[in-house]
Amino acid sequence: MIILRRFLGLSLLTALVGLGGCATTGGNPNDPLEGYNRAMFSFNDGVDKAIIKPVASGYKAVMPGFARTGVSNFFANLGDLWIGINNVLQGKVRAGVSDFGRFAMNTTVGILGLFDVASNAGLEKHNEDFGQTLGRWGVGGGAYFVLPLLGPSSVRDGIGRLVIDWHGDPLWYVGNVPTRNELIAARAVDDRANLLDVSRLAEEAALDHYAYVRDAYLQRRRSLIYDGEQPPESDPAKDSNSGAGAKADARAETELPPAQIVTERGERVITADDEELTPAKEFSETPAQPVAARPEATGVTGAVYEPRIPYNHDALLAAPAVRTGFARTSRRP
Amino acid sequence: MKSFFALCFSFFATAVSAQELAPDALVKKISDEVVSIVKQDKDIQAGDQKKINELVDAKVLPHFNFSHMTALAMGRNWPKANAEQQKALINEFRTLLVRTYSSALTTYKNQVIEFKPLRAAAGDSDVTVKTQVKQPGTEPVSIDYGMEKTPTGWKAYDVVVGGVSLVTNYRETFNAEIRDGGVDGLIKSLASKNRSLDTQASSKLK
Repeated sequence: MIILRRFLGLSLLTALVGLGGCATTGGNPNDPLEGYNRAMFSFNDGVDKAIIKPVASGYKAVMPGFARTGVSNFFANLGDLWIGINNVLQGKVRAGVSDFGRFAMNTTVGILGLFDVASNAGLEKHNEDFGQTLGRWGVGGGAYFVLPLLGPSSVRDGIGRLVIDWHGDPLWYVGNVPTRNELIAARAVDDRANLLDVSRLAEEAALDHYAYVRDAYLQRRRSLIYDGEQPPESDPAKDSNSGAGAKADARAETELPPAQIVTERGERVITADDEELTPAKEFSETPAQPVAARPEATGVTGAVYEPRIPYNHDALLAAPAVRTGFARTSRRP
Repeated sequence: MKSFFALCFSFFATAVSAQELAPDALVKKISDEVVSIVKQDKDIQAGDQKKINELVDAKVLPHFNFSHMTALAMGRNWPKANAEQQKALINEFRTLLVRTYSSALTTYKNQVIEFKPLRAAAGDSDVTVKTQVKQPGTEPVSIDYGMEKTPTGWKAYDVVVGGVSLVTNYRETFNAEIRDGGVDGLIKSLASKNRSLDTQASSKLK
């Protein structure tokens, strides 16, 4: 199974590199592989409707709520170790220590992770994986890429997931192969059951289900890499007083691609050891920026990048040099 | 201590109208009201669409600016639509958003909504109210509200759940629709989506 997985990862890698080379046209700069992606999306959707969703719905109907929570907690607890390692890799040592603390607490007091006592004790769960770590290190997302069965991803996140992440997944180290496979299947069913409401909502809300899921994935990953402090998207209502369409156009072109943490001059907007980025600290240390101060902030682009200075959101938004710094990911192979 | 705050707050809420409330206080007031109603009402928890609609119409919708939301979703295409088309777009987009997201109320299960301190200066007319929905076992989900000051009080024009804007998530789809069929094509698609949700809802009732 490991060999199969490795083979799958490798062949996907070569496929990605090959496809990346001939990435052309398409309406959306984030999605040059739209033709393949749509086909794979509808294949996945077919498998989901035929097998995975019915199983997950049945599981949800049969299992009492508290038991399902226990199962989710158990798998979530195992994930905390790898989340902690990724936090450390991204320089967020405090968050990483908190993740290890969660694991220790939930594994012992929480009876092998069945109960999430750490959350009640104030240790929040985080969301990290190796794709995010790569993003934090400055690797662009590359093209949007729908993985077989696993769903929405990108070149970067797909490599993170298929090549690296499973090494940090405790379930893959379970010695007994049938047991391991059962556990992995159980986790997949549990994950899907937790997403039933969301997936129904997305289907109802979307004009184009494929594009809706794609754009939500890209926004979500961008937000995760910035830990929720991403610059907002362009807004014609706010831009209308100064050169309307053209400005909105320019911003849409430069801001829509997913997180790109290195500016055109090669400076990192977010540095690896940037502990200040955690929202709690930022809120306590960054004073509210008065509106009048914003134009002056345009000149201080250099100061924004200082690793030890709190990430100044308003100044970052006001500085055009920074805004255009979000290079289009499609240019990066 | 908690009840003391609640007392203060209820006094505050009755003393000042929605027009004068600060944006974060407004979001908190509406969330508290809606959550307390959903908690008490078994019909809403069971998915009674009529009751949900009544609640949303009365408590939530007056505090949203749907024309700004539509403009935000349209992005650079917004100026390409004439006044009449813009009106039609606002109408259809509003219907779609309200229909799909009001049903999410039924999934509420005792999550705790936490408000982060508001970062804004006194004169700001555009702020982001940041909240977190906490639930043991999963990471907290952030819900941020883009709010702007209008003559009739603060209004939300964007809702961002876990980093995904429910509004700008439509932008690429709208772009593609307009590229293929113009603004009228987009209006038609939105209208037919709303109609198909209508028939789905009515077939469920039968």
